[in-house]
Amino acid sequence: MSQHPPPSSPPGAVASAAAGAAAAGVRPGNRLDRWRESYAVRTASMTASEIRALFAVANRPEVVSLAGGMPYLPALPLDTIAAIAQRLIAEKGAVALQYGSGQGEEVLREQIVEVMHQQRIQAHPDDVVVTTGSQQALDLVSRVFLDPGDVVVAEAPSYVGALNVFRSYQARIVHVAMDADGLQPEALDEALTRLAAQGQRVKFLYTVPNHHNPAGVTLSLQRRPAVLAVCRRHGVLVLEDDPYALLGFGGDPLPALRSMDAENVVHLGSFSKTFAPGFRIGWAVAPHAVREKLVLAAESSVLCPTSFGQFAIAEYLQTYDWLGQVKVFRELYRERRDAMLDALAVHLPQATWTHPDGGFYVWLTLPEGLDAKAMLPRAVTSRVAFVPGTAFYADGSGRRSMRLSYCFPTAERIREGVRRLAGVVQDELEVLETFGSVDPSPHERAGSVDSPGPELA
Amino acid sequence: MNPRVTVLAGGLSHERDVSLRSGRRVAEALRASGCEVTVLDADAHLLPTLAEDRPDVVWPVLHGAIGEDGALRDVLELLRLRYVGSRPQSCRLAWDKPIAASVVRAAGIAVPEHIALPHATFRDLGAQPVLAAAGTWAGFPLVVKPSRGGSALGVAVVDEPGDLARAVVDSFAYGDTAVVQQHVRGTEVAVSVVDVDGELRVLPAVEIVADGGSYDYTARYTAGATEFFAPARLADDVADRLAAAARGAHEALGLRHLSRIDFIVDHEGVPVFLEANAAPGMTETSLLPQGVAAAGLELDAVYRGIVQSALER
Repeated sequence: MSQHPPPSSPPGAVASAAAGAAAAGVRPGNRLDRWRESYAVRTASMTASEIRALFAVANRPEVVSLAGGMPYLPALPLDTIAAIAQRLIAEKGAVALQYGSGQGEEVLREQIVEVMHQQRIQAHPDDVVVTTGSQQALDLVSRVFLDPGDVVVAEAPSYVGALNVFRSYQARIVHVAMDADGLQPEALDEALTRLAAQGQRVKFLYTVPNHHNPAGVTLSLQRRPAVLAVCRRHGVLVLEDDPYALLGFGGDPLPALRSMDAENVVHLGSFSKTFAPGFRIGWAVAPHAVREKLVLAAESSVLCPTSFGQFAIAEYLQTYDWLGQVKVFRELYRERRDAMLDALAVHLPQATWTHPDGGFYVWLTLPEGLDAKAMLPRAVTSRVAFVPGTAFYADGSGRRSMRLSYCFPTAERIREGVRRLAGVVQDELEVLETFGSVDPSPHERAGSVDSPGPELA
Repeated sequence: MNPRVTVLAGGLSHERDVSLRSGRRVAEALRASGCEVTVLDADAHLLPTLAEDRPDVVWPVLHGAIGEDGALRDVLELLRLRYVGSRPQSCRLAWDKPIAASVVRAAGIAVPEHIALPHATFRDLGAQPVLAAAGTWAGFPLVVKPSRGGSALGVAVVDEPGDLARAVVDSFAYGDTAVVQQHVRGTEVAVSVVDVDGELRVLPAVEIVADGGSYDYTARYTAGATEFFAPARLADDVADRLAAAARGAHEALGLRHLSRIDFIVDHEGVPVFLEANAAPGMTETSLLPQGVAAAGLELDAVYRGIVQSALER
């Protein structure tokens, strides 16, 4: 018998070989998934991880979750929103429940242009594509730009939801260093130069310039033109993901990258953090040719974004003091940020952390030798949860770090959570003291999903 | 009269997710077979609700400490409620892997060489000397696992001395004692034992062939990542020996109503006991339901029969 199947073997040769074996009396095994051989190559990274399973307890009231990213919706004027929804269905139901335009409703796109004035973005409603959360905009931009093997340059660390999208398009992710002022332009230049020399195709820079998820830092005003200049010089598009811009604790938001360069930036915005994620409304502002492709991609994906959600948000923006509501959120999150930073100073002096001036997250780095991912089971036993730093890297780095969120738990719960976390760190330090420094596990699986789902508080 | 069954699922363990999925499957099967089923989480509301509802049978489908260390069953006994599964003292034996191995070995069943090392041992005697001793005693590869726990969480196969420390440290995140065990080569199998309508049945063994060789959490709970053979591809006499060993382990530990006993069948055909599970997984990819199917039985009927056994005693 030949070592290789004949060249005429059909793609189903494996299956028919198994059937032949069965006929010859050798029973085939069962994989409990008859479509396993049919999956696309890009599903290879979609695997269960034991880390993800640990988050199952995090929504229980006994556990203080510092792992989630849910905005604190009890602070919304729910009565007002109920009245809006009631009015919308009663008066405009036949339109609000109908299919709409793939690009999004014009009335909302006009308002989005107004909203973006806060960040000095001058755009036309025609430049705006409304999407199913800005997460869908990430998917659409990736679909339009990424072939397998293309490179996306992203901050180190970077938003896990974006990394998962890029991975699902089989892109290679290259991280570039950040510091307290955000992405470092010199490091970016260096990386793009090196990648060009290697003949790699870099499709875009993915950046969260304001109140970074997970790092909690903001790209300084001075660095913004520098980052844009580096990307222009290398012919690399900038994907500016900006859901937290209006949630700064000190003064006006900085001008968006898009406000400084309309030609080379795709800007993503969202109502999920400033209003409510349940409507699933975000948007992309893109140069016109890119925008046309995004609209076609969006139509093939969802036909149109939710009409009801768009009209509801349009009505809310029109009839309610939405900026006043954003201020309510800001004050609430500022108080919780303070609680977290104070508690960290009291309970975890041996660690270091970022000092966010907005947004939802603190990025904490543990003493040398500790491994945040390995200690998550111990943390769950102690009834506190966080997201291990490795979730925010495509290359397995981040073991010493973790993301702590202060958006959902009350200040009191945050203090209790940090106190529990300090106990966990203490126990880990004792193990470390016993064993000295220990190399990371050789069985580490790169690319399995280490982050919680979106429904985690 | 259709029995009123309360299925307990969830709990605050590392295996909450698996328990929730298992619990839903059990509840669905029992409903299909005519039981009146309520599903409850194991939290502060549980005992008042049970005291008020007084179900005919409680079925704890809870994994991890809360379901398997016997404490919850002690509480059910205090409430004088009938329940599915093993009594507290048997749970305690099975839950602690080194203790379970001693009990099973005393019943004449082969177990791998193993040692149990609490963190304090490393701290007091020095990590390096203890690791060095643990590394030379049985030769590599070795298996390191928490002395308590399930779903292969914190379990690692260690191929060389340099990786031993990490495996031990990782297992301490799950519990205070690490078991270092000789790695037995052979066929990995799981044998479920069920008491259906008062009759103890050993189900056909399910053979496990994980992609990449290690039946770890990802292999267990990613559909398609593991190939199963049910019944296992064993010669008839080996399969009989294995079934007898499973029954022997179930009985030696005093387990009741249902259990899953994991073995490696070595190259001589000897079943080597790995661990016993008093609350085996019941998800769609779990081993016990596969054993039921391999026996040509209906899941609904088997689960209903297990409830019947619990009602009768």
